[in-house]
Amino acid sequence: MPSRTLSARRTHRRLAADAGLLAVAAAFALPLAWVVLSSLDTEADLRVKAPSGLTLGNYDAVLTPDITFTPLLNSLILCGGGTALTVVCAALAAYPLSRFRSRLNRPFLLTILFATSLPITAIMVPVYALFVQVNLIDTMQGTIFFFAASQLPFAIWLMKNFMDGVPRELEEAAWTDGASSLQSLLRIVLPLMGPGVAVVTVFSFVLMWGNFFVPFMLLLTPDQMPAAVSINEFFGNRGTVVYGQLAAFSVIYSTPVLLLYVLVSRKLGGGFALGGAVKG
Amino acid sequence: MTTTPLPGPGFAEKDDDGRAPKERDRSASPGPPAPAPRRPPHRPRPRPALRTLTRALPVTPALVLLVLFLAGPIAYCAYIAFTDLQLTGQANESFVGFENFRTAFGDEAFRNAVWLTLVFTVVSSLVGQNTLGLALAGLMRRASGPVRTLVGGIVITAWVLPEVVAGFLLYAFFRDEGTLNAILDVLHLPGQNWLFTLPILAVSFANVWRGTAFSMLVYSAALAEIPKEVTEAAEVDGASGWRRLWHITLPMIRRSIGTNLMLNTLQTLSVFGLIWVMTRGGPGNRSQTLPLFMYEQAFQKSMIGYGTAVALLLLVVGSLFSLVYLRLLRTEV
Repeated sequence: MPSRTLSARRTHRRLAADAGLLAVAAAFALPLAWVVLSSLDTEADLRVKAPSGLTLGNYDAVLTPDITFTPLLNSLILCGGGTALTVVCAALAAYPLSRFRSRLNRPFLLTILFATSLPITAIMVPVYALFVQVNLIDTMQGTIFFFAASQLPFAIWLMKNFMDGVPRELEEAAWTDGASSLQSLLRIVLPLMGPGVAVVTVFSFVLMWGNFFVPFMLLLTPDQMPAAVSINEFFGNRGTVVYGQLAAFSVIYSTPVLLLYVLVSRKLGGGFALGGAVKG
Repeated sequence: MTTTPLPGPGFAEKDDDGRAPKERDRSASPGPPAPAPRRPPHRPRPRPALRTLTRALPVTPALVLLVLFLAGPIAYCAYIAFTDLQLTGQANESFVGFENFRTAFGDEAFRNAVWLTLVFTVVSSLVGQNTLGLALAGLMRRASGPVRTLVGGIVITAWVLPEVVAGFLLYAFFRDEGTLNAILDVLHLPGQNWLFTLPILAVSFANVWRGTAFSMLVYSAALAEIPKEVTEAAEVDGASGWRRLWHITLPMIRRSIGTNLMLNTLQTLSVFGLIWVMTRGGPGNRSQTLPLFMYEQAFQKSMIGYGTAVALLLLVVGSLFSLVYLRLLRTEV
């Protein structure tokens, strides 16, 4: 029977696929294993090994205002501020683009889409020079504004696509009752696209949280540095690198974004809307 | 700074959002110009120009931010690339024409950076992330559930981690006394100081480690859309795995391949933190890609004008890729 050989072949093939995937995953997991094991190790070095002694001492050592709390708070202010600004501006901008037809929509959206893929790294030198001239260098607000601006194109694009999914009939009733556009955006459209807003929010936050180059260029005072930049201190000023503490700090710094990602992907399933948002 | 609406009869008619679908149909239909849509008595409409302006109002905050902090720097970039602006505050920068670009193309270090950027992009993005992402997505469709979840989780974790942390993890992995050499040692293979002997390959692999999840997600979505009947029919007809891949799968996901290659390449062109943490562009300048070269010229050598000229070249290359990407997506808008 052809069907039986086919199913036997399928099982065989599934096992082969499993083996292949596990091999790749093992390679991917090695660096991750290093950071987790070293953070718990009394004598951490650079290779993956079972800890010589289990300890929380590394976490204890880095959980001080100087090393952990201030940088994390700075990260939170920068990324929280930037994300809030991004989401509010993107939601407002997406509304007319999604709801009203105008001959300006298409050129605007094309420009936005074009801007989503510009290499932001390339404009950091001129941004620095510009910020020096307008006195925004080394300020939190300047960095927040730039974060928001660099994230906006993608946020507007995503937000508009999510908003297109909310049927306009639901709004028409509110319009006839005399609700303004702003009211119908706040009361009807945004609540209906909760998952979309969550994706845009989490996505912006995660990207800003992990961004190194922007705060590295635009902030100068050590007190204002977010975790992305302050982590380099482990190499700079402290003489020999204490790898256990570096690993512990890396775990603390990475946890928020990992949790946010898990939260959103649990709620929205798998590779969530991102795969859908970028596929051609 | 707001969008300037173009008032006029034609525009007003197109701009009509058609509160009732019937009205929209009428105004869009060819033939003699339709009479103005009946206005609902309870809600008089403002004049078209004014209405367009009111409607465009919510775009303003985003537009202000984009113009001031994105378009502004890009324009400024295009300007100072042609000046001799320096960090150490000379009174006035002066216009030097194409001098910076001439310097760049005559500069051995710049050509080195271009070459390394090319190697980095081809190895890590075009070959590494793209192929590995497709392979993982393909294997995942056949694998059993728990394996799929586990592998997806690990690969995506590498992607979600902050760039600097990823840099440290792979620094530890490739260092002389790091994990890779420990493994090679167990296998009785000769180890070496990878960050010294092959720095550009080490950072390329780091970028593959960090970026493959994106390709995997894009290709998983694309493969899920291929109808099962198509592959099954080919299988029953006895087409081998490679032939099915070449003649059926790849042609059916070619748009996703294009999109993915574009986005990967753009992403890879602007990698800074990963390389900075792992090698600082060294040893010497053997892993100094264009972003690191730009940074060094602008800040460590204080030549902002020259650094910006390099940035402008990077921006132009990025824009070209971006335009191709738009072409690929053109049906979507």
